[in-house]
Amino acid sequence: MKELYDTISLQFTLKDFHQQKPNLAFATAEKQQLIALLTYMRDVHRYTHLVFVTAVDWLEENRFQITYMLHNYDIKADFGIRVMLDRDKPVMESIHHLWEQGRVYQRELHEMFGIDFPGSPGVNEPMILEGWQGPPVMRRDFDTAKYSLETYDHRPRDTREPESHMKEKLYPED
Amino acid sequence: MSYMDKTTGIPEQGITPPIPDTGEMPDREWRKDDKTLTNAELTLEEQDWFCDARPTPAKPAWGPVEKFYNWARANSLWILAFGTGCGAIELRPLVTARYDISRLGMQPRPTPRQASVFMIGGYVSIKTLKRIVRSYEQMQGPKFVVAVCSCAINGGMYWDSYNTVKRIDQYIPVDVYVTGCMPRPEAVMAGFSKLKELILAGKAEGQNLYAEKFDWYKANQKQVIKDWNMPDYNW
Amino acid sequence: MADLYPPIVNGKSVYDLNSGKYLKMWQGPQHPGVTGNMSLELIISGDQVVDCKTHVGYLHRGFEKLMERRRYINCFPIVCRICVPEPDTNEYLFAAAMEELLGVEIPERALWLRTLNLELSRLASFLMWTGGQSGAFGHGTVAQWALAHRDYVLDLFEEWTGARIYHMYMTPGGVRGELPEGWTKHCEQVLAGVEKLLGEVWHVMFNNAVFKSRAVGLGVITPDMIDHFGVVGPVARGSGMQRDVRKDSPYLVYDKLDFQIETETAGDTYARAVVRWKEMHQSISLIRQILKNMPASGPLHVTLPNVLHLKVPAGETYVRAESTRGEYGYYMVSDGSAYPRKITVRGPSYSHAMALLEHLAVGVNIADTHGLMLSLHTYPPEIER
Repeated sequence: MKELYDTISLQFTLKDFHQQKPNLAFATAEKQQLIALLTYMRDVHRYTHLVFVTAVDWLEENRFQITYMLHNYDIKADFGIRVMLDRDKPVMESIHHLWEQGRVYQRELHEMFGIDFPGSPGVNEPMILEGWQGPPVMRRDFDTAKYSLETYDHRPRDTREPESHMKEKLYPED
Repeated sequence: MSYMDKTTGIPEQGITPPIPDTGEMPDREWRKDDKTLTNAELTLEEQDWFCDARPTPAKPAWGPVEKFYNWARANSLWILAFGTGCGAIELRPLVTARYDISRLGMQPRPTPRQASVFMIGGYVSIKTLKRIVRSYEQMQGPKFVVAVCSCAINGGMYWDSYNTVKRIDQYIPVDVYVTGCMPRPEAVMAGFSKLKELILAGKAEGQNLYAEKFDWYKANQKQVIKDWNMPDYNW
Repeated sequence: MADLYPPIVNGKSVYDLNSGKYLKMWQGPQHPGVTGNMSLELIISGDQVVDCKTHVGYLHRGFEKLMERRRYINCFPIVCRICVPEPDTNEYLFAAAMEELLGVEIPERALWLRTLNLELSRLASFLMWTGGQSGAFGHGTVAQWALAHRDYVLDLFEEWTGARIYHMYMTPGGVRGELPEGWTKHCEQVLAGVEKLLGEVWHVMFNNAVFKSRAVGLGVITPDMIDHFGVVGPVARGSGMQRDVRKDSPYLVYDKLDFQIETETAGDTYARAVVRWKEMHQSISLIRQILKNMPASGPLHVTLPNVLHLKVPAGETYVRAESTRGEYGYYMVSDGSAYPRKITVRGPSYSHAMALLEHLAVGVNIADTHGLMLSLHTYPPEIER
């Protein structure tokens, strides 16, 4: 995987190479070069299978990480490409023309993280939530437990928080 | 049929080309207020209920006749086959050869208009709750609700989820609860037997409760379901 | 006849809903033929589908959000709820991703028991699919047989792990318990029964004229669609692709077992059904091999530090396994704290039910949409999590 990384690095700006397993590696790419890089990986290096697209919210560093995982069926290897986005202005170029299911992933990311993919078909339609009025739910500053307690009535009962209860029982001196 | 011109890599007709990134955030709002929801233009009445008319409580017939009715009702419980959550997976063993619920006079029905028992299978997300209310209101009386799985009782594992309600009896009346995650088919069958007992004793009055406290149920439903728009048909 | 179907402009049908020629109808979520709780918005002309749109989200519980605020071990009871008919893949992948980040090696016997668990759950899930697929084409009898035999497999699970549906057997660091006494014998009885059933299914379902005439040529997936739509698993193998995660990147003890990737070439519903029928035989053979070759005794799990205080080193990984629908994967990002930063579940139904089904349903007779949906083997809870 290191050779592959070196080969791509001749044409694209990559950094943070990390080899997790013999057949799985990650690298961070530039946002502007991403579509070209994905096309290059797909057509030249035969990374033809888009495994998934997902986002990670790094709230402390104020940025989103989008991970595109590509798989090569010939050599059975995965390459994860990370892109960092500004959290205040999350716009990313769309990949729906490269893979058909890309638009579905982008629709989900738009709904769950509020990341915009201009030009992706149907990206503005709600996919999972219906009539949702709050902020995008998967962002880390959205507190789901607080929202749930405020919105939905809960059945009164005698509850113990497992963590503090077990702590009292097992580690009273802690 | 090829999706991409292999030599040029240019998408064929039918795939809209991507918009190059200009570095500007498009002016799009994901946060919706009440005015931008799809149901904004509906009249109040259309927003209110999915049935043609407001339900009215049914008056019981003269003593022995009502008893006969209850006997008949208890012995032909037809289940609405709407799998609203994980619990639906135990509905299949229940209606097939192993547990064979039809020997108890029950069978699944595909449409709410032929069913008398609504089996809520587990957690109820907001999007499903709207369909549940709609299906429940379309069911003809007498109708009963059996809520299966812990999630329908108090939220269960998803007590802190933003998208599942915790108490289904706030939104539609429930006659019998079956606990467990997942309850075994025997437990579900025991729940149905309990429902039969209740019907025979004339105590399964969920439908009348819904009609009497209709406004309370509607207010609860409206509190969580923001988008009341019905699916659009062209007929 | 020429103006029966709407003109196609830019790859999309152009139709006027008010012309009276097209009918818009919804199938699901309250519909017995739809797989689970999802819906199809169909535009039909006569009885042919002109346009199809999949709507999901009825089962959304926000797993990925819930896991962010639970400790690793507290995530464990909820991961198996992501896919109801086949929960063990989720358990295995969550445990495997966690073990990989922790750098834990699990004992030999636990590897074999995990493989046994996965194969048995594959068998149960395939039997459920048999019931669905035959039911969608009007074979109620086969559905009754298959679901009853699935129940016998669930009985094995119950005897082994104590639960029918959600087993929670593969804990991080190993497995939870030993096989009970006499279980192997019961297992062999059930497998013999399922094997006999498969022979009968072949005669009754696969040689049936109605099933053949409806399934052959329905929903053809050509090889050049495979990568474009992200098709995996038996659906890809039905189009002649030699792709199976168990062979491609062997996990657990699959490299010590003897099996072939089962493929068909036609790429239609019938070919996919045949692939799944062959894979049920394959699962039975694998279970027998595991029971024969498994080490008789040994430790079942490694000792982890107190899991409530467990901190997973920062890093990210992706693990995958072959479920009945194809490649199932977990992408886990840890920031070094006791809570996972992000866990993404890659369910195979995601690409099958959304992009692919919308494409394949166009031109299909409306009565066949459910058969088509089931031949893609979609389980909605893993789409929206």
